[in-house]
Amino acid sequence: MTDPAPALEMRGITKRYPGVLANDGIDLDLRHGEIHALLGENGAGKSTLMNILYGLAVPDSGDILLDGEPVTIKGPADAIARGISMVHQHFMLVPVLTVAENILLGEETMANAVFLDRAEAHRRIVELGRRFGFEIDPEAKVGSLSVGWQQRVEILKALYREARILVLDEPTAVLTPQETTEIFDVLRRLARDGHSIIFISHKLYEVLAIADRITVIRRGRVVGTRLPSQTDEDDLAELMVGREVNLVVDRGESHPAQPELRIEGLSITDDRGRIVVKNLDLEVRAGEILGIAGVAGNGQDELVAAITGLRRPAEGRVLLSDRDITGWGPRELTDAGVGSVPGDRQRYGLVLSFSIEDNLVLTSYYRPPFASGLVRNDEAIEQWAEESIRAYDIRTPAADVMAGTLSGGNQQKVIVAREFSGQPRLLVLDQPTRGLDVGSIEFIHRQAIAKRDAGAAILLVSAELDEVMELSDRIAVMYRGEIVAIRDGRSADREEIGLLMATGGREPLEAVTTTMSVVE
Amino acid sequence: MSSAAPVPTGPPTTTRWRGGLGAFLATAKVPLGAVVLAFAFGSVLIWLSSLVTNHQLDLTLPLKAYGAMLEGAGITLDPAAAVNGLVNTLVQSGPLVLGGLAVGVGFKAGLFNIGAQGQFLMGAVAGAGTGAAVASWPGPIAILAALVAGALAGGAWGFIPGILKARTGAHEVVTTIMLNTIAATFIGYLVSGPLLAPGFSFDRTGDIGNAALPILFGTRNLHLGVFVAFAAVPLIWWLLWRSTLGFEIRTVGANPDAARYAGMRPGLITVFTMSLCGLLAGLAGAIEIIGITHFVNASYGTSVGFDSITVALLGQAHPVGIMLAALLFGGMRAGSGLMQIRTQIPVEIVDILQAVVLLFIAADVIVRRVFRIRRAGPKVDEIETVSRSYGAGTTL
Repeated sequence: MTDPAPALEMRGITKRYPGVLANDGIDLDLRHGEIHALLGENGAGKSTLMNILYGLAVPDSGDILLDGEPVTIKGPADAIARGISMVHQHFMLVPVLTVAENILLGEETMANAVFLDRAEAHRRIVELGRRFGFEIDPEAKVGSLSVGWQQRVEILKALYREARILVLDEPTAVLTPQETTEIFDVLRRLARDGHSIIFISHKLYEVLAIADRITVIRRGRVVGTRLPSQTDEDDLAELMVGREVNLVVDRGESHPAQPELRIEGLSITDDRGRIVVKNLDLEVRAGEILGIAGVAGNGQDELVAAITGLRRPAEGRVLLSDRDITGWGPRELTDAGVGSVPGDRQRYGLVLSFSIEDNLVLTSYYRPPFASGLVRNDEAIEQWAEESIRAYDIRTPAADVMAGTLSGGNQQKVIVAREFSGQPRLLVLDQPTRGLDVGSIEFIHRQAIAKRDAGAAILLVSAELDEVMELSDRIAVMYRGEIVAIRDGRSADREEIGLLMATGGREPLEAVTTTMSVVE
Repeated sequence: MSSAAPVPTGPPTTTRWRGGLGAFLATAKVPLGAVVLAFAFGSVLIWLSSLVTNHQLDLTLPLKAYGAMLEGAGITLDPAAAVNGLVNTLVQSGPLVLGGLAVGVGFKAGLFNIGAQGQFLMGAVAGAGTGAAVASWPGPIAILAALVAGALAGGAWGFIPGILKARTGAHEVVTTIMLNTIAATFIGYLVSGPLLAPGFSFDRTGDIGNAALPILFGTRNLHLGVFVAFAAVPLIWWLLWRSTLGFEIRTVGANPDAARYAGMRPGLITVFTMSLCGLLAGLAGAIEIIGITHFVNASYGTSVGFDSITVALLGQAHPVGIMLAALLFGGMRAGSGLMQIRTQIPVEIVDILQAVVLLFIAADVIVRRVFRIRRAGPKVDEIETVSRSYGAGTTL
């Protein structure tokens, strides 16, 4: 394929925010029918660049050319009109509406001035789906679809608007390995059909698997463009971070001792009273990391909530070194030596409008030395904050900076510093590195292993199968509220775990939903 | 570890008070802008009204009016008039300080206490009733009894919406509005029933005798209660920023989910905070009665409770800000009399100015546009509490 002009060319894009040079003369070109991966740490400038492309930010200098024509993109509506579409990491779908209704939102196909032309819209949606290899039911409620299918709806939404350039922001973050493979098929078909795709991801092996070219951005500059055949994960990681990175932290030998956390016959109901964790037994020993692998929504959230005191189990017992802690509240659990890194860090883990200092004592503010009686001891809090910021490499100009202004990685380090401090007997890590860059991931993994080696029992819950595989001494697969298999962390087979996650090991592998199927 | 320091966009927003006028101005930009705009709006109104009533346009009339208002509030070179005006300003500000705190502390816990009005009324009637009952006791004990009764009555009136919210999720905006109405009519019942004093030509509570607050400095009406009110400012500041309880209140307000996760008890904090708010407003009511009016009649009413909401918002829910806002509004009230005498502009202009201040605080986009004030980083502010308090109810 020889194109006279690439589908998209961004030339010398520079964007300065107060105190930060977010984009520093970035050049990027996207050929017709190309899948071009954009790699970079959090804060490297990918989002700024994509916001400029989508008309959400105005560059200080630089040009954008579509098919060789210089253009000024005035806003998202303008971008869409020019055939540029974004598929966001967090789906912008309305769960109670149908597939068709979601796709039509803002781009209604009208039969006349008043009524929608549903029949025509349905026909187009089904046809679009077929063209890219899947059969979709336009009448299905989006809320009833698996995330993999919701992703397809997002892509269809873009295609329905006749997008020629698609930007996918971490599209696989919430998918199982199988779903990822399926979405990759869809993307390849799109590219073959002449669509150009910018693929943003943190996952190096995925980028290597899907991209035609890979551009790496660091501190607002392009530091390299590679062909997948000429590079590997280590090379890319080094480019991204600017130094050698250990992608897989050496977990070393574990020396598990006595069971620290014992869960016996635990059943938990969700807010609607449905049983989401069924008669679950699990043991985490001191000095080991037990990882729970599972597709999101198989009861992991409720299990974590029950262990950390946010949800009262319906049945069963939770024991911490033989002490019954069932139904204890978060305060009592903290005092008993349970630390926990919540899955939704901004909702549960931090008060974004508070300083780093205040966030570092969020679970210990009432205890000496941070307080005597009712009186806060600010000096002790500040001193402790300075120590934590140094020990956990929290990048901030000062300890009294608002937590909300930190990057995701540094926010998570604040939580880790707080929860890992002291001598926790049990650490519950829920999605500890979700959305973080490789440098922060490496750091947090090292800290977790250090705590394990210091004798803490660690329960790791992650939607990231790689994380579970790399870190766990034992892997428990959770499926529909039950532990369906436990495997040794070092000898576990990735494919087998993925299969267990998708099927529970009971049914033959088939399409993820029953209402839809993948056609080839 | 990672050499590429992920940099937050925008300037780092520090939370600690780095002292000085600069820091104060940075926080106070929008409130100050709102006040300036409100007075500008008031000028236009004054011009218009003079056009309508006198058929001539006196361009200096607003200046004359505001000048008279300042003078009446005690900003003048004449020492006697200055003392007079300042005392008047302080007396007018007292209830607004306590009322503003009663709303502002609620904001800190994410609660929109519209019930300061009802809590104030309950405090007033309890203070009046108790004062009449203990009228013959020794002064200090009688005063203390009346103040405690008022604070407790107001506290109870705050406890009710607090417990309702914690137990059932009933929204405090709805319940406090209802309780305001209940308080107003309950006073009518009390004053014409159990607390009715015989021997007067209209329904009222009895004389409070020794329970009346002593007047300081002889001639003026500067009573002890004013100092009680202003003393609450440092106390509340200390509670909010120097005590663990205040940390819990602020955490629940800023992020109730994180508070629960961190082992705090949002329900309990809600009940406590609403009771404290009620207590402050109730105290204001009792002080107003035993300090100034000395009795409550069957149709006793006031706008202090609602003005307090504006005071709390203008003061950005900070105790010091609330004190300054209360002084401003108190001063406007104190000076409005002289303004009316000098310029024939009705004192009601003060109500209009207050309302416009509230409008500009709520629609801060206008103020930011006019004065080119940049929005600071992510921040849970008081307006957000107000706007999210409907619908998006927090789970406790």
